[in-house]
Amino acid sequence: MSLLLENISKSYREPDGGSLPVLEIERFEMARGEQMALVGASGGGKTTLLNVISGITSPDSGRVVIDDTLVSEMPEAVRDRFRAERIGFVYQTFNLLPAFTALENVLLGMSFARGRVDRQRALELLESVGLTHRLNHRPGQLSVGEQQRVAVARALSNRPSLLLADEPTANVDLANQQTILDLIRTACTADSVALLLVTHSGEVAEQFDRVERLDEFNTPATVTPETSR
Amino acid sequence: MNLWAIAIKSVRQRALASALTSLSVALGVMLMVVVLVANGMVERMFVQTATGYDLIVGPKGSQLELVLTSIYRIGVAGEPLPYRFYRELTSAKNNRISDAVPITMGDVTQQGGFPIVGTTPAYFALPYMHESDGTPKRFRIRTRSLDGQHSGEGLIRNPFDATIGAVVARQNGWDVGTKLKLVHGGSDGHVHDEEFTVSGVLEATGTPNDRTVFVHVDGFYMISGHEKPLSEAVARELEFFGNISEESQKAIEAETAGGHGHGPVPEAQKEVTAILVNIQGDVGEKVLAESRLMSGLNEGVQAQAVKPIVQIDRMMQTLVGPIRTLLMGLTSLIIAVSGIGIFVSIYNSMADRKKEIAIMRALGARRQTVLTVILAESTLLCVVGGLGGFVLAHLLILACSPIVAGYGLVVDPWTFAWGELVLLPVLVALASLVGFVPGMTAYRTDVAQTLSD
Repeated sequence: MSLLLENISKSYREPDGGSLPVLEIERFEMARGEQMALVGASGGGKTTLLNVISGITSPDSGRVVIDDTLVSEMPEAVRDRFRAERIGFVYQTFNLLPAFTALENVLLGMSFARGRVDRQRALELLESVGLTHRLNHRPGQLSVGEQQRVAVARALSNRPSLLLADEPTANVDLANQQTILDLIRTACTADSVALLLVTHSGEVAEQFDRVERLDEFNTPATVTPETSR
Repeated sequence: MNLWAIAIKSVRQRALASALTSLSVALGVMLMVVVLVANGMVERMFVQTATGYDLIVGPKGSQLELVLTSIYRIGVAGEPLPYRFYRELTSAKNNRISDAVPITMGDVTQQGGFPIVGTTPAYFALPYMHESDGTPKRFRIRTRSLDGQHSGEGLIRNPFDATIGAVVARQNGWDVGTKLKLVHGGSDGHVHDEEFTVSGVLEATGTPNDRTVFVHVDGFYMISGHEKPLSEAVARELEFFGNISEESQKAIEAETAGGHGHGPVPEAQKEVTAILVNIQGDVGEKVLAESRLMSGLNEGVQAQAVKPIVQIDRMMQTLVGPIRTLLMGLTSLIIAVSGIGIFVSIYNSMADRKKEIAIMRALGARRQTVLTVILAESTLLCVVGGLGGFVLAHLLILACSPIVAGYGLVVDPWTFAWGELVLLPVLVALASLVGFVPGMTAYRTDVAQTLSD
């Protein structure tokens, strides 16, 4: 089992002091190396779910298990290290550091994991996403497609067992969407990395063998898509 | 990529703001270092120079003035002591005096107005000061002119020999063989006819000796008008000692018989401004002998013995100490203001960098890690600024050393004051202080919220 969520609930505090339930998941699991598309309406809690899985956000209750490790019970600092080493994250907005070159952004991804920063691996990853000629370019000097490819290389830099991708093709031009998607899927297949890809695109989702709709297994008590995060 | 590399990246990203904040630290540190070095110079000038002699014996009056006049050549000498007093002091038994060198002052050089000190060759045999570890510093005298033409005898062996300090030589362009004349010390500005010849040039000592011209005390009194009129000298001797020496009696008889001509002046007509005294023995014996000599002389009404180091220490504490404290306070304030500049610079950048910090946290950086990155940045700005300040300060001192040397102060621009070593840890502490608040902002960053904004 690569990922297991059990009895997860997550609410946000509202300005008036009330509580806004966002996640209520009884059980959700993914096998090792499995690739899955998660679709759902905007504001349905997809990003919160990814944050809960990655440990960026703690659930109010429930268990998050990754690679048989109970992540949700870990102290924050241990969870941070676990995230650095075992989880890759590709964002819709790339989230590259603007002052760092493409190569440095990948190296930065390795900096927070245990072990040495492997420059050779960073170079190989950037070569695998076709950016050998852009190693020393900063994000501002790259096209959006190239930026997302750097983000993919960074997400894979620590050989994660789980890759979370939040709308990775939403901000990329049409010509590059399929390229990015293929890059992610090929890399995950090659290294048996489980892939949970959030998308609102039917074209993207239909390429996966397993497609889940978040609203089918996430049933927060009073949440409505318009008010949830 | 380690945390320092990340911090350097961030500093370089805001290159102009970083450079300006570092520069402000550099300027503060530069001022602080200059104050420390200047303080060291003043201390060396005053305190260490006062370590050359155990005691100074001179006429009654201000003890500090006696020290300032005889060692630093500052101010006007008081009523001199009869030469007989010097002779009797050195010939007295059981006073443990190992060295007693007379000095007599009053005139200045015609060119440059440097003070003239009449003394004996023994002056140059004594250490002119001691290093803080007790090592004696001795005079080094060049006896050959720079072009190798003249070869003086170095010491003031002949009455009209002169040995000049390094600053005198440099400023007046004098060398071995140069002839010089003296201007009478009174207000009349009379130039004496007698000519002295430079027989040696002292190497720079960083003391008032560099700005002094030394002549033999015999030569000093052979200058017309320098010897005390015999009748006055005898009256003074009688008043001072209550009797007249045999030699004075002979001088009176010689004058009655037709004057002493142009030979050495009789002892009765010579005076000394002060006597530089060293005491022999171990520490305990010296202390005992010094206090015995001081109390013996100070009980009388004619002369006194003072410890120069005590007087100078007291002066430093009462006069120089507060000024030094004030300057150090002001420069500390400048550094503190620079620190606030760094704080403002980093703190203002935090709003722009919130997302970067959230990204690093999402990549697995711990809260402590991002706090450390911010602290590393402020440390970089402080330490780089501080090191720049050290270099700037010493370059400034290097640039100013020729000017300062003109005042007789030897400055090694690359000599470090001990206080400078304290500055570095102080800067690191300051960096931690000013980096802490922005660092805590980074520490508390809400990753999910920031990434979704």
